Amino acid sequence: MSKFKKKKKGLPAVNTAALPDIVFMLLFFFMVTTTMRETTLQIETPVLPSATEIKKLEHKSLVSTIYVGKAKDAKYGTGYNRIQLNDKIATPDDVPAFIFKARQDVSEAEVPFMTTSIKADKQSSVGIIIDIRLKLRDVNALKLSYSTSKGSDN
Amino acid sequence: MARRENPEINAGSMADIAFLLLIFFLVTTTMNVDSGISKKLSEKPPPDYKPPIIKEKNIFEVNINRNNELLVEGDRLEIKDLKEAAIQFIDNGGGLGKPGEDGTPGTTCDYCKGDRSESSSDHPNKAIISVQSDRGTEYGTYIEVQNELLKAYTVLRNRLSQERYGMLFTDLEKAYKDSQRTDEDLKKKIDDIKTSFPQIISDAEPTSAN
Repeated sequence: MSKFKKKKKGLPAVNTAALPDIVFMLLFFFMVTTTMRETTLQIETPVLPSATEIKKLEHKSLVSTIYVGKAKDAKYGTGYNRIQLNDKIATPDDVPAFIFKARQDVSEAEVPFMTTSIKADKQSSVGIIIDIRLKLRDVNALKLSYSTSKGSDN
Repeated sequence: MARRENPEINAGSMADIAFLLLIFFLVTTTMNVDSGISKKLSEKPPPDYKPPIIKEKNIFEVNINRNNELLVEGDRLEIKDLKEAAIQFIDNGGGLGKPGEDGTPGTTCDYCKGDRSESSSDHPNKAIISVQSDRGTEYGTYIEVQNELLKAYTVLRNRLSQERYGMLFTDLEKAYKDSQRTDEDLKKKIDDIKTSFPQIISDAEPTSAN
């Protein structure tokens, strides 16, 4: 009789052997999609104005970004009109050099599609933006994007 | 004495390690897609360039002063009313449009629903919006104005697109994008709407802030 005695079984544990696989898959996904910020901001993170009629910027490699805002370092003053190109605080006169340098990194056929994105703080003044724009026009960098956050429709 | 030869490595904490890494990347990832108001600058005019003579009535003048106040066509206006004013101006259709490049004479705007007033714009393709701002104007206000003007165009384009193709212009563009920009038919429709209501927003030289 004892041969047929039913073994007492509790609930079998859920097999979690595949859990690491799932987690690793997620992990790799995020590792691949993460882009580390290339430049350290010398200005305070600009508060972007919001707008509704916006277009997404495609081809990140063809976008060069100009930051405008208040410098972190007090020696540059407290106005909201400092320009940052790459890692340095600069003046509008440095913009052409910055654009030429960016052009060297892409093939010649792609140069007309290069876009300059201006990330300026809400409180910056239009004057500095116009200065940048004139410089951009001088070097034929005609595609421009005023970076904004997505606003709500009203 | 049955001794196991290769005891398995305990992989139970593997998931914990992986989770830790996962959470780290989740936190540091910024998925923000850069977006903004795009603008095409005009090329630098040659030194001997003479600007064409444009009739006063075809220019919609927007001035922003250094206190972020608007002056539109000589009147003070709130930003929220700018869209309506711009729509009225673009959609007026009071006269003949620009002659075609092949010399065909301009036609009247048969899709305009405006007042057809003599004193406002002739045709959407002649209607120029000129934004003049002070150097001291706040950038936020400037963008707000640009946004309102673009909104006016979107409203008009949507209306026309709905009439002609039974579909909003914004949806048309989206569908084109979804087709990986290969759908020729859609492209033709988009171009048609775009040439019917071309966006002509120019930035005038700023007033100085001395």
